[in-house]
Formats: sequence, structure tokens, C-alpha cells
Amino acid sequence: MSVVANIGRAAAEFPGIFRGWTEYVGETAAVALSVAFRPWRFRFRDAALAFQRAACEGLAIASGIGFLLGVILAFQCAAALQMFGVEVYVSDMLVIALFRELGPVVTAIVLAGRSGSAFAAEIGTMKVNEELDALRTMGLNPIRFLVLPRVAAVTAAMPVLTIFSELAGLLGGQIVLQAMNVPSAIFWQHAVSSGTVFMIVFGLVKSAFFGMLVGLIGCGAGLRTRSTADGVGRSATSAVVGGMVAIALADGIAAAICHVWGV
Amino acid sequence: MEKDAVVELERVDAGYPGSLVLSDISFSVAGGEIFVLLGTSGCGKSTVMKHMIGLNPVLRGTLRVAGLEWSAATRAELCRKIGVMYQSGALFGSMTCLENILLPLEEFSPLKKKERTERAMELLRDVELAEAADRMPGEISGGMRKRVAIARAMALDPEVVFLDEPSAGLDPITSSALDDLILSLRESKRMTFVVVTHELASIFKIADRCAMFDKARRTMIAIGEPERLRDGSNDDFVRKFFNRG
Repeated sequence: MSVVANIGRAAAEFPGIFRGWTEYVGETAAVALSVAFRPWRFRFRDAALAFQRAACEGLAIASGIGFLLGVILAFQCAAALQMFGVEVYVSDMLVIALFRELGPVVTAIVLAGRSGSAFAAEIGTMKVNEELDALRTMGLNPIRFLVLPRVAAVTAAMPVLTIFSELAGLLGGQIVLQAMNVPSAIFWQHAVSSGTVFMIVFGLVKSAFFGMLVGLIGCGAGLRTRSTADGVGRSATSAVVGGMVAIALADGIAAAICHVWGV
Repeated sequence: MEKDAVVELERVDAGYPGSLVLSDISFSVAGGEIFVLLGTSGCGKSTVMKHMIGLNPVLRGTLRVAGLEWSAATRAELCRKIGVMYQSGALFGSMTCLENILLPLEEFSPLKKKERTERAMELLRDVELAEAADRMPGEISGGMRKRVAIARAMALDPEVVFLDEPSAGLDPITSSALDDLILSLRESKRMTFVVVTHELASIFKIADRCAMFDKARRTMIAIGEPERLRDGSNDDFVRKFFNRG
């Protein structure tokens, strides 16, 4: 019964939540446009700080996970390809899998866990402490002051993290293949020949878009924090879950578009 | 309405859409006055203040601050005519005390960088906290945070400063010192203060006039000088409040 009640409650609340998020995204876009015409109103220092936290401090974990992903993929594929004596093609597969799909997606999930939740907790705590009200009564728009610098920072940080994660993945794969007696020169030769500029650029553009989604959802969850004991915790959780769902959806749409365009 | 009124409420219904908290409230606050909103916890005094500082629109009636009604068109102008100190201080935790005061100056003041810093330091000296300029809000006491918040509220020389529960969470000595600060700022800057509190000691020390709200009757039940309300009111609730039951 409670499951049915919960579904009913969620269905009843959905239009309001959808309207709220649509208004938030619209307002953010409007503020971003206005700041684009008056760039001196952009909070560069806040954006630089958020970039440092997302990119510099997240580099080790993103690269580490990319490396392990490369190792695991190489092991799994090499086991199958070895039966046909073509394990050298593992590097081709790694390049396509990492640069096109897994690199951007896995890095975005890491970013959602680190930065998305951090944004939600920071802004949520500010809301509980009346700091957002203080901004409004000073005539300052919280979207320009808090959201825009963070979203810009993670949008810029994601391609940087993704490149490092992908290169670390290739390195992981190369170590595995070297252990299987595939010379590293052959590995890198195959890797370079199987990658295309379009594939790399498409992956990076996609990763920047994922970064923007993570930033928007993290900050939006923070702005919607309720002043209850578990309000900030709930916001952080919804930022991570919402971020991951949005990344999966966006990646699915990107894959469908690529399929339709034949690229 | 009074000619020199800085804040005017005319038949205002206070609350949130679908939830009326107080109805039919009318009063005005004159320039240079310290006006206190008082009542028991949950009676709606902070709700009335949220209307006055433009966070929530009034449900009905007219509310003017510095001669202008709150609306989307007047919001930016009105925000520069008011200063607000929140109950928690609401200082930005990632900025030093000096940076907190500099923020409204950087955004709205025509002053140059050096002049802005001098102005912010002057405000910190006014609240006797010049030594805390480079400290973070998390490193100073609750009373000091409230003083910095008052300095920030006064940064743009507002016509009226709103203080939400300035004594809340403070010991009697710190609370009394904060009352002295409010009185001295009123004298030196000729500023108008609207204060939300239910601390009787503060009310008798700083208030020129006060308005009392009652949760049960959902309206304003008394207005006037605190001593006159205490000694001359015919209302049982008002007498009970001032004589602590």
C-alpha cells in the first residue's frame, strides 16, 4: 500500500518539480546570456576556485579509475581475442570504448559523486544558514553569484579530467598487453591508427555537456534544500542520483544521434 | 500615513500563498526610530519582516519602504535602501569578515577599490571589530558574527536596517553590548532600525515603539512605547507578556 501511495505522491508532485527545474534552467540560461554580454559581472575568482576543486583535486581519482577501467577492459578482451591470436586489436577496442563512450561517462559519474554532491551540500548549507536570503536582500542573484561560476567551472573541468582518464586507461591496457608479450610500440601504433579526430572531439564535447549537467543538477539540488535536519544530506544524494540519471539519458541520446547520422 | 515614515504597512495580510499568518496589520516607522516587532515564538513577526525586506510578497494590502512599494520593478532600487541582519548572521563562510562587507560595495558602490576597503574597515571599526577583518566567520564568536553582519547591512548607507532576533543565542552581557551598539549607531548615523525580538530587556533598552502580534488572534494587538504598553494596556495578553506571565 505504501508503495502505491508513494507512486501516487510522486506522480502528484511531478508537475511542480518539473516546472521548478524548467524555471531554474531557464533562469540560469538567461543569467548566463546576460553575463556573456557583461563579462565583468562573472565571478571569475569563484569559478577558478571551483575549477581547482573539480579538476586539480579530482585528477588523481579520475585518472586512477580510468587506469583501472583500461586494465579491466584489456584483461576481458584479451582473454577472448587471444583465442584467435589477435590480442593486438585490444588497443583498437580500448581507444574506441574509452574515447567514445566510457571515458566521458565514467569521468562524469566520478564528477557527479565529487563535485555535484559538494555543490548541493555547499549551497544547501548556505540556504539553511539564510545566506541565500542575505544575497537576495542585497539585490544579488544567487544564480549569477553561486550557480554560474560552479557550472562554468565543471563544464571546463570535465574535458580535462576526461583526457587524463582516457590516457590513463590506455596506459593500463598497454601494461596488460605488455604482460601478454605484445610490444608497446605495436600497441601505441594500433591505438593511434584507430583513433580519429572526430571521435576525440565528439567525446570531449560530450564530456563538457555532461559536466554542465552535473553542475546544473548539483547547484539546483542545493537551491531546493529544505530547512530540515536531513535536508542537506537529501540534496547531496539527489544531486548524485539525478546527475547519474541525466548522464545516462544524455549519453543514450548522443548514441542515438550518432547512429542516425551514421557517425 | 505619516509624512516622514520610512516603512509603512497599510491593512497588510501576512503569510504565504494558501496560509494566512497575520491579517490586517497597519503601522508606520518614522525615520531615525528604533521600532520593535514582538510577540511569542511562532506568532509571525519574522514573516512580517520577510515581507518588509522583500523576500515574500504580501498577501493583501500595501507595503512601502522608503516611499516605494515592493515590486519586480522597484526591487533592485529597494534592495539598496535596506540592510538586513539575519538571526544567524548569514555571513558567507568562504569569505573573510572584511570580504563579507566588501561584497555589497563591490557590486553596487561607485567607490574605487582602495576607497571600498577603507569604507569596509571604517564599518568594522564602527562595530569595534577592526581586528577581525582577516578572520573567517567560522573563527569568531556568535556575537562577533552578528556585529559583522550589522556592519555588512550598513555598507551601502541604507535608509532602514532590519535586525532579526539580534539577541538570540547570546549571553546577557553580549546581548546588552549589542543593544548598546544599535543605540550608538542610531545616534551616530541617524539610521532607522526595525528589530524582531522577544527579549524584554532588549525591548525596554532600545525600542522607541513596538508592535505586538498575537498568534491566537492572528493580528497586531498593540502598538506604542513599551513602558506604556506594560503599564497601561487593557489587554490581558499584553500585560502577561510584559510581566512574564
